[in-house]
This record gives sequence, C-alpha cells and structure tokens, in this order.
Amino acid sequence: MTPTATREAPSEVDLGGEARARRADRSFTGLVTAAGLTVLIVLGLILVTTTLNAWPAISLDPVNFLTGRTWDPNADLFGTVPFLYGTVVTSLIGMIIAVPVSIGIALYITEVAHRRFRKFIVTVIDLLATVPSVVFGLVGGLVVIPAITPAYQWFAGLVAPIPGLNAVFSETNTGRNYFTAGLILAVMCIPIITSISREVFSTVPETDKQAAYALGATRWEMIKGAILPHSFGGLVGASMLGLGRAMGETIAVSLVIGGSLGMTPNMFAPGNTMASVIAQQWGESSGLHTDALIGIGVQLFAITVIINFLARAVVRRAEIKMKGAHS
Amino acid sequence: MTSLSSTPPDLTRRNLSWRRSLANRTSTLLIGLCVVLAAFPLFLVMWQVISRGGSSMSLDFLTEEIPRNYRTAGPGMGPAIVGTLFITGMAALIAIPIGVLGAVYLNEYGKNKPLARFIRTMADVMTGVPSIMMGLFIYVSYVIVIGEQIGFAGSLALACLMLPIVIRSTEEMLRLVPDELRQASAGLGARKWRTIMTVVLPSASSGITSGALLAIARAAGETAPIIVTVGLTYIYKPDLFYGQNTNLAAQIFRNASQPFAASQERAWGAALTLMGLVFLFTIISRIIASRFAIDKR
Repeated sequence: MTPTATREAPSEVDLGGEARARRADRSFTGLVTAAGLTVLIVLGLILVTTTLNAWPAISLDPVNFLTGRTWDPNADLFGTVPFLYGTVVTSLIGMIIAVPVSIGIALYITEVAHRRFRKFIVTVIDLLATVPSVVFGLVGGLVVIPAITPAYQWFAGLVAPIPGLNAVFSETNTGRNYFTAGLILAVMCIPIITSISREVFSTVPETDKQAAYALGATRWEMIKGAILPHSFGGLVGASMLGLGRAMGETIAVSLVIGGSLGMTPNMFAPGNTMASVIAQQWGESSGLHTDALIGIGVQLFAITVIINFLARAVVRRAEIKMKGAHS
Repeated sequence: MTSLSSTPPDLTRRNLSWRRSLANRTSTLLIGLCVVLAAFPLFLVMWQVISRGGSSMSLDFLTEEIPRNYRTAGPGMGPAIVGTLFITGMAALIAIPIGVLGAVYLNEYGKNKPLARFIRTMADVMTGVPSIMMGLFIYVSYVIVIGEQIGFAGSLALACLMLPIVIRSTEEMLRLVPDELRQASAGLGARKWRTIMTVVLPSASSGITSGALLAIARAAGETAPIIVTVGLTYIYKPDLFYGQNTNLAAQIFRNASQPFAASQERAWGAALTLMGLVFLFTIISRIIASRFAIDKR
C-alpha cells in the first residue's frame, strides 16, 4: 500500500482520508452483497414461512393432502389431487397449442419475414406479453366463452360416437371449463416461448444454413435439416419455461375455469387448478381452510421452482453445446 | 434468370419436384398461420377493451368512488386508480434500489464466483415463481403479524415480484458499460464504490430505467398478490399504512366475476384504464431504451 504521507492532496480536491475511504469502500461492498443476498433470503423465507403456516392443515392428514380426491373444508377434508389434475391438464392443453405456434412465429421472425414486417411482429408479440393476465380473464370470461360454447357443443356431438374421444370431449352446457382455461394459457405463454425460441434460433451458425441452401435445400428442408436439430435442446427448455408460467397462472384461469371441486376426464367440464382455487376461495376462508390453501401454494411453489430450475439448466446446456460446436 | 435449355443442371425453383415444393409452400403457409393465430387474440383483446371500456369511460369514471353494490350502475374507479399508482409506486421504491445494488454486486463484485452464479440462477428461478405465491408469502409473514390487510403489504408482495426482474435487466445493462470507463476512473484515483456510483451507474442509467419501468408495468397489472394481501375498499385510501386498499386489477377481477351488467361495465372501464397505464409505462420504457441504443453508437 502507498504510504499516506506522500498523498497530500490539495485542499480543494479532497480525495478523503485513506482510512475513511477504505471504510466507505468496505461498507459499499457489504451493502451490495446484502442486496444480492436478498434474492436468496426471500426465496428461503417464502419456503419456510408458507410451509410453517400450512403445516396445521397438512399435518392433519399428510397422505390425504397429497393423494386425497375430496376437498371439503367444512369436514376438514383437504385432498388436493383434483387441483393438481386441473393444473396439469390445463397447462398441457396450453402447451400443445402454444409450443408449435410459438416455434412457428419464431421461425417466421428469424427466417421468413421481411425486415420491416419482422419489427411489426416482434412488437405484436411484445404487446401480447404486456397485457395483464386479468384482462385476458375478462375477455375470456365475457367474450370468448359465450362465443365458443356452441362450438364445444358441436364438437361434442361430432365425436359422440367415437369411443375414447367421447369421454374426453363430452356433453357440455358451459364454456367455463378446462379447455377454455387451456386456450387462455396458450395465449399467455406464446410471448415467453417465442422470445426464447428466437434466441435459440439466432445461435444457429449462419454457415450451417448457407451450407444447407448450397446443397439445394428448400427453405423448409433447411429449417428441418439445419435449424431444428441444432435448437432442439433450447426449444425443450423454452417450452418448459412456458409450462412453468402456465402452471402458476391464477387470475385468468379462475375467471374461465368454472370452479368445480371434482375431477373428470371431460375437457368440456368445469374444474379448478391449484392457483385458481386459492384465488377463488381465499375471501371466504378462515382457520384450517386458509392454511390448506397456503399448503396448495407450497405444493405449487415446489413444482414451479423445480420446472424452472430444470428448464434453465436445459437452456444453458443447450447454449454451451451450440457455442462449443460453433467455435 | 434466362432459361438455359441445353445445359443439363437446371437449378431454378421450377425444377423442384412437386413433393418438395409442396412441402416448402405448406410449411411457409403454416408458419405464417402461426403469426395470425398469435396476433388474433391481441387484436381481439384490444378491440373489446377499447370498444366496451370506452363506452363507460368518462372523467367521473376516473375520479368517483366505487359503488358499494355490484348492481348499481354508474361510474367510479378513482380509489382503484390511486391504489394502483401508490401500491405499485411504493413497490418500485423498495424493489428498484435493492435490485440495482444487487445487480452491482453480481456484475462488479461477484462476477463468476460461485455465490454470484448461484444468486443469478436463483433470480431466474424467482422470476418463475407464481405471483400468487408472493401474495401468500407476504400474507403469512407480514399481514398475519401486523393483524390487518393494508396497502403496504401489497407493495411488499409486488416488490418481491419486481426484484428478480430488476436485478437481471440491470445486470444486462451494467455488462454493456465498457471496461475502459472503469479503468479510466480507477486511474484517476477513484475508489471502487465511487467509480460505480459516479461512472458505471450513470452511464447505464437509461437502460436501468427502461428495465425498471418494464418491471413496474408488469407489477401494475398483477391481481393475485393484491387480493390476498390488500383486501378491499370503495373509498380513497391514499395512506398505504392504514386500512384495506384496492387496485385496478383486483377491481377488474371482482367485477368480472359478478353476473350483473353494471359491474361488468365497470370491469371493462377499469381494464381500459389499466391497459392505458401499462402501455404508457411500456412506451416510455421503449423510448428511453432506444435513446440508450443511440448513445451506445
């Protein structure tokens, strides 16, 4: 360290005493480290405090909480399987629709669109991402459902003679059902899956694409042969991030799913998901019932954290692999 | 391209077998269809919100108190607008300083240390935590402790949502600050904290602001954490620390769940107001961000 004696500063340029400056530096380091640690602290606190509060309801009958099919707060019966089922089913419907559409949009933006039109589409997708979820729920509940119910009834009539399908798509008198929730979730997941797919596609080396064209490939053959194999891992990760988002979506789903407490294979029947049942029953709950709702939240938290963790790992591994292949 | 009838290899599109050409055309068509499929819901939402919300929009709607009965027709979303602005604003005051400082740690101090890498991963994971979980967390750790639902609890929940977004977007911006600036500042004898406060952060300020505004726009539209932590009110409650509060998103949810035309009317008006606010923040953020892009050049 330089001796302080040689660092006599002129009085108008105050560089500060060495000791004071070092103290300032050290406390700043402490401050920013603490800010960085907040993330870990908050995540840890979320897990601990919610689990502690949910414990009275879970410990009542832990097996029933995880495997029971009956949710009856008045009888202190808290089986959460119907909601887990609803969450899985609606997000699967959402993914089946959103993944191909998002990959299509990403391909359109990176490979097909003219430059000016490309900007327009990117803006449209960005705008779609800024629409608050409750607004999707509002439009879904008051506009889409009245319009789409006849279509459900027509389709149910169409597949009625086909065994298997007629159980999945059967008679309905309401548009508030699993399928509508899945549709809304699809729309809400499209922006996130699209933007990550675009990033993944942009890592495909230009030389690979040009090589495919040089071999006489059409655009589709180039996409099939050069882009898709190269980006498969990244696309899996993107879809999983979308899935995580879909499973946690609360308000839009609770406005369109109806709110029945049972479970049925019929996609055109009302149901509930983990997140939406919390929102729907929160207002009229108390005591153990509230604890049980928080318990559902803990379950949901665990599931989404695991999915997000895996998804990030998949995306990162795919990125490393692609960059390695490129260099 | 003139046709060379005599030379054997004809490489033009015309020579493509019909199967390959059909596959190519069909795929292009399907890819285009995907874009239409995604654009349709956006235009449906905008059209419905503007046309239905526009009919109930008026100055009274923006300033009057909310009717206590769902069946009462007429205007009033004033308290919800004030609630949205105050609750989200307070959340921003909490989350943005912590988020920016956290990003400073990640980019200037932690870099590739295991702890920094872990925090980065956890921030990504935290972005994916369902928003209702943040509400439940604040409910059990704050609302139960103080014994009542207040506006500030909603701010805390929204701050938890915004924190990881602010951290990650700020870190991206700090990474763009050229290292020469840091070295020049250090060469002039500035301490590290002074370099960061007077050189690094100011030169990334527009990017940081734009990221923060996007986080605010996202938080302003959140419903689930609000209904869990904030409760409900019909009158103006500018004091976040006293009594239950409300925001636009929660009002949309409540009014849309009712079967009455009067309340649904108010839900549409609230939706138009909320989307206006969110778009305003998004556009300001875009403008600031594009300024930044010009500065970079």
